[in-house]
Amino acid sequence: MSRVVWCAVVCVLVQAACDRESRPFKDLAKVAGRAPVESQTPLYAGAPAPPGTPSPFHESGWGINEGKLLYTQYNCAGCHAHGGGGIGPALMDDEWRYGFDPAGIYSTIVEGRPNGMPSFRNKIPDYQVWQLVAYVQSMSGQTPLTASSGRDDHMQSRRAENNSPYQGRTQTGHK
Amino acid sequence: MIQSPLSPAGPQAAAIASLSTVFFTICAVVYVLTIGALLWAIFRRRQATDDAPQTTRRLGVVVAAAGVVTALTLVALTVSDAAAQRRVNGPPSPDAMLIEAIGHQWWWDFTYQGSPLELVSSPNELHIPVGVPITIKATSRDVIHSFWVPNLTGKRDLIPGMTTHLSLQADEPGTYRGQCAEFCGHQHAHMAFLVVAEPMEQFQQWIQRQRSGAPQPSNDEQKRGHDVFMTGPCVMCHTIRATSAGARFGPDLTHVASRRTIAAGTLTTSREHLADWIRDSQAVKPGNRMPPNVVRPENLDALLTYLETLQ
Repeated sequence: MSRVVWCAVVCVLVQAACDRESRPFKDLAKVAGRAPVESQTPLYAGAPAPPGTPSPFHESGWGINEGKLLYTQYNCAGCHAHGGGGIGPALMDDEWRYGFDPAGIYSTIVEGRPNGMPSFRNKIPDYQVWQLVAYVQSMSGQTPLTASSGRDDHMQSRRAENNSPYQGRTQTGHK
Repeated sequence: MIQSPLSPAGPQAAAIASLSTVFFTICAVVYVLTIGALLWAIFRRRQATDDAPQTTRRLGVVVAAAGVVTALTLVALTVSDAAAQRRVNGPPSPDAMLIEAIGHQWWWDFTYQGSPLELVSSPNELHIPVGVPITIKATSRDVIHSFWVPNLTGKRDLIPGMTTHLSLQADEPGTYRGQCAEFCGHQHAHMAFLVVAEPMEQFQQWIQRQRSGAPQPSNDEQKRGHDVFMTGPCVMCHTIRATSAGARFGPDLTHVASRRTIAAGTLTTSREHLADWIRDSQAVKPGNRMPPNVVRPENLDALLTYLETLQ
């Protein structure tokens, strides 16, 4: 009997560990690095984030899913498809021209890259760029499984992000 | 106009209102009779003749009669319900005007169907002519929403991937408030819209104005505002017809200054409210899809001046 009681007590105590993921709506303008316009210099928008800085949405299921939505909305899928690539390189694989550094992905989006990747500077708010960074990383399993998206709204063309074949990648760069 | 199904302003809402009156009246009478019979049974003293065979027989007749009356009442309620349903959800009139309603988190897009109205998109403000049957063709771009204008008709869900239809008609000119009636996320409560019912001539004038594109900026301040819009993040989501802005993820802003509210009925349209909304929409309506923007004050001023020309 006392075992049942203890079981119940433990079950109740375990609930205390549950925590709702926070969605920092009120801090979106402040979240993540630099302000999009204020810090603009004649040369380029603000100082680039130091290498290795993870996206502030790296572990946020909400942030990664927002990134997934923006990925379609801003027509990243137009060139990169849903990760398989097309006009642009694939994003769901483990071979990336400009490395796996989140700050590098950030500057790819903000500054653009040669041979077609346009610059979205001043077009996409800073926090949304970081959401896109987190989502792009999740496509090749670089974000925590618990945060990555589990399904697509459109027809499934590949495994879901939290079931990517490149699970457990360490962010080292080229193969 | 108070947002209430009890003050109907169209045939569908009238059917719903009279049905609810019928139900309320009959149920109230039944309730009073039932409670009265119960109290009578509790407080009545036992009498010597209670167990006599003729009393038992009489009681049997009374119970059977009550059963028949109950059954007849239920049939009457069912028939009146079916009749009201028919008036609300019956086949749409063939000459009904078709308007498409698209639900988004958390705003409404109303598009007028049939050339040359097809260009007209009027977010969060549905204009209809008085006395003309309207068919709303509804769908959703994200989650399930529900279209509800209590003064005009019942609810209809907007379901992603399929279209649903709803008939409505306003018999009196006026402004009726509508509201999303299916929980759809953080800002479900701030997903309202206005139905503006106006006489046919006024409606025609409105639609004529809505069909035109945005006016060209006419002075330096307006030109600067135009440039702020076209070179900033605004252009990534919004359309202003007759300019290069054509994205469809946010509300069409071609006539934003002509509408009474912004942010789906959250704020009245004014320069100050537009400024608040552009600078930090997340403080006004946390979680909505409009990002907060860091804009230099002089650029914001120019942008507001430009937006105010979009009548």
